[in-house]
Amino acid sequence: MDGKSNRILLAAFIAQSPIDIAYHTAEMGTTSSKSVGTLKPAVSNSAYAQPTQQPVSPDASSDFRQPLVVIEPRRTIDWADVREVWVYRELLYFLVWRDLKVRYKQTAVGVAWVVLQPILTTLIFSVFLGKLARVPSDGFPYAIFVFAGLLPWTFLSGAIHSSGNSLVGSAHLITKVYFPRILIPLAAVGARLFDFLISFAVLVGMMVIYRVAPTVNLLMLLPLIVLVTLLTLAIGLLASATNVRYRDVGVLLPVLVQLWMFASPVIYPLTLVPQRWKTLFALNPLVGIITGFRSAVLGLKFEWTPIAVSAVITIVLSALAVIMFRRMERFFADIV
Amino acid sequence: MKLIITAENLAKQYRIGTRQEYSLRDVLAETLSAPIQRLRRRTNGNTIWALKNINFKIAQGEVVGIVGRNGAGKSTLLKVLSRITEPTRGCVKLYGRVGSLLEVGTGFHPELTGRENIFLNGAILGMTRREISRKFDEIVSFAEIERFIETPVKHYSSGMYTRLAFAVAAHLEPEILLVDEVLAVGDASFQKKCLGKMSEIAGEGRTVLFVSHNMAAVSQLCTRAMLVADGQIQRAGPTQEVVAEYFKAGSEGAGETIWEDPKRAPGNDRIRLHAIRILCKGTVTSEVDIDQEVSVEVDFWNYEPGARNLCVSINLQNATGITVLSTANTPAANLLQDEEWFDRSHEAGLFRSTCTLPANFLNDGVYYITAHVLSLGPVTIEAEAAQVLCFNVLDTGAMREAGVGSKWDGVVRVRLPWRTSLLQPLNGNSARRDGR
Repeated sequence: MDGKSNRILLAAFIAQSPIDIAYHTAEMGTTSSKSVGTLKPAVSNSAYAQPTQQPVSPDASSDFRQPLVVIEPRRTIDWADVREVWVYRELLYFLVWRDLKVRYKQTAVGVAWVVLQPILTTLIFSVFLGKLARVPSDGFPYAIFVFAGLLPWTFLSGAIHSSGNSLVGSAHLITKVYFPRILIPLAAVGARLFDFLISFAVLVGMMVIYRVAPTVNLLMLLPLIVLVTLLTLAIGLLASATNVRYRDVGVLLPVLVQLWMFASPVIYPLTLVPQRWKTLFALNPLVGIITGFRSAVLGLKFEWTPIAVSAVITIVLSALAVIMFRRMERFFADIV
Repeated sequence: MKLIITAENLAKQYRIGTRQEYSLRDVLAETLSAPIQRLRRRTNGNTIWALKNINFKIAQGEVVGIVGRNGAGKSTLLKVLSRITEPTRGCVKLYGRVGSLLEVGTGFHPELTGRENIFLNGAILGMTRREISRKFDEIVSFAEIERFIETPVKHYSSGMYTRLAFAVAAHLEPEILLVDEVLAVGDASFQKKCLGKMSEIAGEGRTVLFVSHNMAAVSQLCTRAMLVADGQIQRAGPTQEVVAEYFKAGSEGAGETIWEDPKRAPGNDRIRLHAIRILCKGTVTSEVDIDQEVSVEVDFWNYEPGARNLCVSINLQNATGITVLSTANTPAANLLQDEEWFDRSHEAGLFRSTCTLPANFLNDGVYYITAHVLSLGPVTIEAEAAQVLCFNVLDTGAMREAGVGSKWDGVVRVRLPWRTSLLQPLNGNSARRDGR
């Protein structure tokens, strides 16, 4: 009886637009499971109510021929992959939620670390670089100057680190259960994104303390956040996937990230860069993002060229990362 | 019958060899120094086909067992079907929502509470949040952990942990369920609960693929089975036939398993099994007469001079998974009082323990033998060979002719002393009885 009800339901769903199939079948578990083993009336309910709502041809069960899932060697990406990520969106939520929950368990101050960490970093940089080394800061107090740069940087470096190691750290999941693998680095970045957004509270506090008046430039933060998130995702995907096969990546990554920080105007102003290096510097996608953040926070004029360069590189890199990830994910379970 | 799984020409290739642990440096060195060598290696085929030419069709509601020796490719097949790894060639079509249970408790996080883990694990297994919330109470009561639901699972006992993990898995209700030997965990009563749940699922008309070494469980649950050997489906058909083939393929000769290479035999540094065989009328066989004694011989190596209290035990399971008997050569369980070796210190060497099963005792049918070598004191399993042999007890007709149709009911079929006497004739003189 249950088998029959499943079949009718399935046929009803398949009769709808093909795009909805995967989504509806995921939901279907809910409907069919209600009928299982608990109450008899529920069985007949779900079995017969559905066809009356959905006009189905008498021979609807022959539509059952269309497979839900086809397993075959594939190298390319198509809409089915995108759809599948959508079907699994709840798992993405749970993975982010787990990362956040676990990170601050058994810590004394808990989530307060999200706020404390950038404050402490800013303090350290202000003392050593602002006060002792006297790094110029475009005429603003060094603390808020460096914080505006550290804000995207902390997110980017933290998220690259955690997503880069995310697949290797989830070997027990990858070898035991299927879901779109991309969710793992995605969730790692998602958890950091949450921290990133929280740390904007600190930014507001600093702007009040240092009496930086908010300008309309702040609106530019939103596209910049999207940009830095995309860039982080792209690098995170590439790093996590290559790290599955070559663990060297995991070791090398922190070093490279450190290097990248010094090659970007995080703790110093762009004006400090010698003229002949400027062109090369502009190819660094972080330059546009960091100077953009700073301009948005401090109300300075935006330099659009590095932002445009950053956007182009980020988009190309993202596309590349998704394609590469798709090609490599087929072997994750075998070699992780 | 609607088809729910079809597999066509499925094949999976793995690269093997010394280069398992690739690192970037190796690859760079290889690519730079010897590109030709590298090319040659590739074409040379340092590869293995874990699966090749797999074809099958499964109808809705079937419960199919996948059996085979270690390394035969069963697990690879299950991994391909559950989409964990991609096939190299071929294609599988699945006409329903798939749930796979390659282990219980996948993704459990020790720091999270029972409640949090139920949601996390449920989502990982493919349940929606609504579905989990609705089944939440059911899961908790099935796991019997109501009081600890807000406690991090790292504080759980291993029993509680396993119960919770299985409870979540048991409430996954897809149309197609792929199960690996998750049931091998836990104690006997827990395994029984799991098997019960499995047959419940099968009874609900869901399609189940069940990978197992446990022939008794396969026989009990599955209507059909596939024997995987060397990456191919060697035989598919009714469970009993396939199971018989499994044992025939596994034994050196019928009724005997010998481990020629001690390194690969079950056991440890102290004890290794050498051979297990079944004898009837002095010859090794897997077909025994119902009215003949059956001997089971267990040969094992003892490597530790002076070992004491070594004990050989065997148990028999029938085709329905019931353990018919278990026995051991301990003095208390031994019918022979003059067992020579049990208490004595064993020198290093090859030993043989023989157990004789009486004639006219087992019912006709298939029996699976599991053998252990234990050391007593604190009981330690030194060597284990689970369901290593099977034998068929054949009804030669002596009792069948007695007039009770074709098969006697029951687990055992013992000839017992029967006596009948007349208590009271219905008519005529009853004086004799009265006078008694």
